[in-house]
Amino acid sequence: MIDVVVFGVSAIIVLGGALGVVLSKNPVRAALSLVASFLAVAVLFVIQQAHFLALVQVVVYGGAIVVLFLFVIMLLGVDKVEDLDLPERSQVVAGIVSGLAFFGLICAGLFVSGPGGDEGNVALTGQIGRNPIDSTDDINQLAADIFTRNLVPFMATALLLTIATIGAVVMVKNSEADSSLPEAEVN
Amino acid sequence: MFLNQFLLFAAVLFSIGVYGVLTRRNGVLVLMSIELILNAVNINLIAFAAYNQDLSGQVFALFIIAVAAAEVGVGLAIVLLIYRNRRSIDITEQNALRG
Repeated sequence: MIDVVVFGVSAIIVLGGALGVVLSKNPVRAALSLVASFLAVAVLFVIQQAHFLALVQVVVYGGAIVVLFLFVIMLLGVDKVEDLDLPERSQVVAGIVSGLAFFGLICAGLFVSGPGGDEGNVALTGQIGRNPIDSTDDINQLAADIFTRNLVPFMATALLLTIATIGAVVMVKNSEADSSLPEAEVN
Repeated sequence: MFLNQFLLFAAVLFSIGVYGVLTRRNGVLVLMSIELILNAVNINLIAFAAYNQDLSGQVFALFIIAVAAAEVGVGLAIVLLIYRNRRSIDITEQNALRG
């Protein structure tokens, strides 16, 4: 019972934060809505016995990524730009149509039962939390899985992060040299 | 708890993210909407991990979080570059590649 209440409250916070991100006019306000959304998603991870991932969610998303967003927003000073407020009418129509289309597509894929009937469709009948994953052993099991079965993807992720860091630095550094030239011709 | 409540909720979150990607004109806010989409996927993966009593879904979610961090770093660098070159981050104005 308590699970359902926690789920309902955090789901409302997540969706409210998400609507704040896509609708608010001020980018700083959108970033703070994003923090609320991420923290409530961390609560959802906890009630699904993913304790370590809830921690990662708070530290990486709620900490690092949102700070990066806020840093760029402040650096560009875009909170004063007013002509970015309103999307064009065609964009709103396209957004609503594709959002609803994606929602319908996902629901159809999940909840329309195949030849096995409704009993065979886990998306309709599945229950979670009956016999929970041993939460005390969460991190140990994750580590054992990552460093044995998923070692190669882990290495590839490390390489990807290195490349992304170097790439970001190189891109911004080279444009420093370009912007010292007289105003770029694209303007 | 039922599995379908998480799946339905993640579908709603994903759709809100799609709406944001298509309607936002500020490049930074488009990246934020992409983060919402990735979070919806993570919720689905962890719900299936809890349903199957198997941690593979959580491992996938961990990799997605790492890749999302890399994506945000590169994406924000691109937004900074666009701003330096064009003095605007309105992505509807970035049409230099249009034929």
